[in-house]
Amino acid sequence: MGFKLSIKLLSVKLLALAAFTTAAAAQDKTGDIIARGEYLARAGDCTACHTAPEGRLFAGGRAMPTPFGTIYTSNITPDPETGIGKWSADDFYKTMHSGRFPDGGLIYPAMPFASYTKVTRADSDAIFAYLRSIAPVNQKNKPHELRFPYDNRQLILGWRTLFFSEGEFKPDPKKSAEWNRGAYLVEGLGHCGMCHSPINALGGTSQSDAFKGGLIPMQNWYAPSLTSNREAGLGDWSIKDITDLLQTGVSMRGVVYGPMAEVVHNSLQYLNDEDTRAMAVYLKGIAEPSPPPAASSALPTSESSLLISLGKTVYDKNCASCHGTQGEGKPPHWPPLANNQSIEMQSAVNPIRMVLNGGYPPGTKGNPMPYGMPPFAGLLSDNEVAAVVSYIRTAWGNRGTPVSAREANELRSAPLN
Amino acid sequence: MFARYTAPAVAIAAITALATMAVLAATDGATAQTVNQPPDTMAARVEACTPCHGNKGEGTSDVYFPRLAGKPAGYLYNQLLAFRSGRRKYPPMNYLLEFLPDPYLEAMAEYFASEHPPLPQPAPSEVSKDVLAHGELLATSGDAGRNIPACVSCHGPGLTGMQPGIPGLLGLRANYISAQLGGWRYGTRTAKSPDCMQLVAGHLTEADVTAVAAWLATRPAPSNPAPVPKGTYALPFGCGSQPN
Repeated sequence: MGFKLSIKLLSVKLLALAAFTTAAAAQDKTGDIIARGEYLARAGDCTACHTAPEGRLFAGGRAMPTPFGTIYTSNITPDPETGIGKWSADDFYKTMHSGRFPDGGLIYPAMPFASYTKVTRADSDAIFAYLRSIAPVNQKNKPHELRFPYDNRQLILGWRTLFFSEGEFKPDPKKSAEWNRGAYLVEGLGHCGMCHSPINALGGTSQSDAFKGGLIPMQNWYAPSLTSNREAGLGDWSIKDITDLLQTGVSMRGVVYGPMAEVVHNSLQYLNDEDTRAMAVYLKGIAEPSPPPAASSALPTSESSLLISLGKTVYDKNCASCHGTQGEGKPPHWPPLANNQSIEMQSAVNPIRMVLNGGYPPGTKGNPMPYGMPPFAGLLSDNEVAAVVSYIRTAWGNRGTPVSAREANELRSAPLN
Repeated sequence: MFARYTAPAVAIAAITALATMAVLAATDGATAQTVNQPPDTMAARVEACTPCHGNKGEGTSDVYFPRLAGKPAGYLYNQLLAFRSGRRKYPPMNYLLEFLPDPYLEAMAEYFASEHPPLPQPAPSEVSKDVLAHGELLATSGDAGRNIPACVSCHGPGLTGMQPGIPGLLGLRANYISAQLGGWRYGTRTAKSPDCMQLVAGHLTEADVTAVAAWLATRPAPSNPAPVPKGTYALPFGCGSQPN
């Protein structure tokens, strides 16, 4: 009897233990999915748009200026009234994959669904599980302020016909698993093409122009081509330099500033070594060797040589103490200017803006106290800015072209945030 | 900045680690640097600040760029946070700070708070004696009838501020003080609630602003320009930037 009882007790205990471990395993599994969802939400940089300055996480309300008016981002916390608390995982996938609200309504393509459509169902579900796990915030979405005719959502149908091709990422069997993982992240959640592709007047990017660079509307920064080695093509970079740039914001070849600093700050610094390396392998792989640029300048030769000679004087006085007399810098913190693609590009917008506004690379886990470049807008005239930019674009074997004082002047009023 | 919301413990650990790193950087800087690396110092890291605020935060000839040196670190840190979030609007500052983490902003604030370049000679005032007298009266006695407290009641009898959050008002030019008071009055400069300066500035007229800014700018350097320790005197009313 005593024996039987203890057997019975033992089995009850075992059953309880089994139930406990199953529950724990289930919880662990849910916990794993949520953690993966959080990681993927970072890879997708959801917070950049869906969290307002000083606002609650993912409660939306951030104003996004576009050439068509101002769009206010939406609340994606699990609040049932004002957020996505009533959505199902199917609803969420449909939004990511098809760019449609659960009721079938069309989403403005400021939401990068043309990239997110490549995200797998499992990854979409993980992000959704993560978003369900965060604190709900009761905050109503603000209506968009779009100008006629862009306030008519039916116009999105036209945009979709021209620029949207729905479909999950299809791995290229001829490439390595690593390359494919990188392609999935860059083309999908990373939505790199939103900036690094030319934006046409209709606010879209055509497939053939993918990753070929473009001026970011409203921000006036040039997002360089990721395929041309004359721009930000990474064909002749080492994998380590690329992963350093993506993870820490600084590298031996260059440093991120402006909108790319935001991407590293919010998103890329959180990616693990394997994913960062996969992106680097893919990015290095898509770079196409380009013919050397035609060294043509809109400026008359006499003006160019005057500018460049003044530029050397300005450079030696203001810049050489950090960037070196031969443009060698002290990388990674003081970037080299010689053989620095971002200075030599056809578009001189970024080097002019750096001289005018200076800047800090993002503070990251790998580089928590970055060195900053001083703004020279108050110290140099338009002519001096043009001169020093012309000088660094053409000195030390750099293959850029001189720029005019007018170009420098126009960028004094470029928006800073 | 996910860490702030999801893992405060991790964030605190990171802050502690960073603070330790900052100390190490300060002590080991001289030996750790090599010819091919920039100096491992805060001075080299804040060079981006110097064209407007001076090498040691002493200010520059531009009257709208304030002196930073010697202000309480808590005050400077609050301003860095406000510029980073866009609460305090000045696009060149908003842009520079946008992607810098809290511990780094704290280190910057500590750096400028610990610098003590001499205060500048006050410039001769461009306003009349009557206006200066009105400014002095407001700054030292306030105007109880109009609910205006004296500047000295919060910024200290020597106008040198109080740790950790109340700034000194010396070494600033009249144009800067007047622009800031204007910013408070029109709501373009705000701070954590209760926003004490908003309340004070809301009771000032244009003439008051001109007078008080002019008088403050004429003050000579005191023998000890350091902010007084926290709790040296009680504030007349609550202030979000100076928690009790």
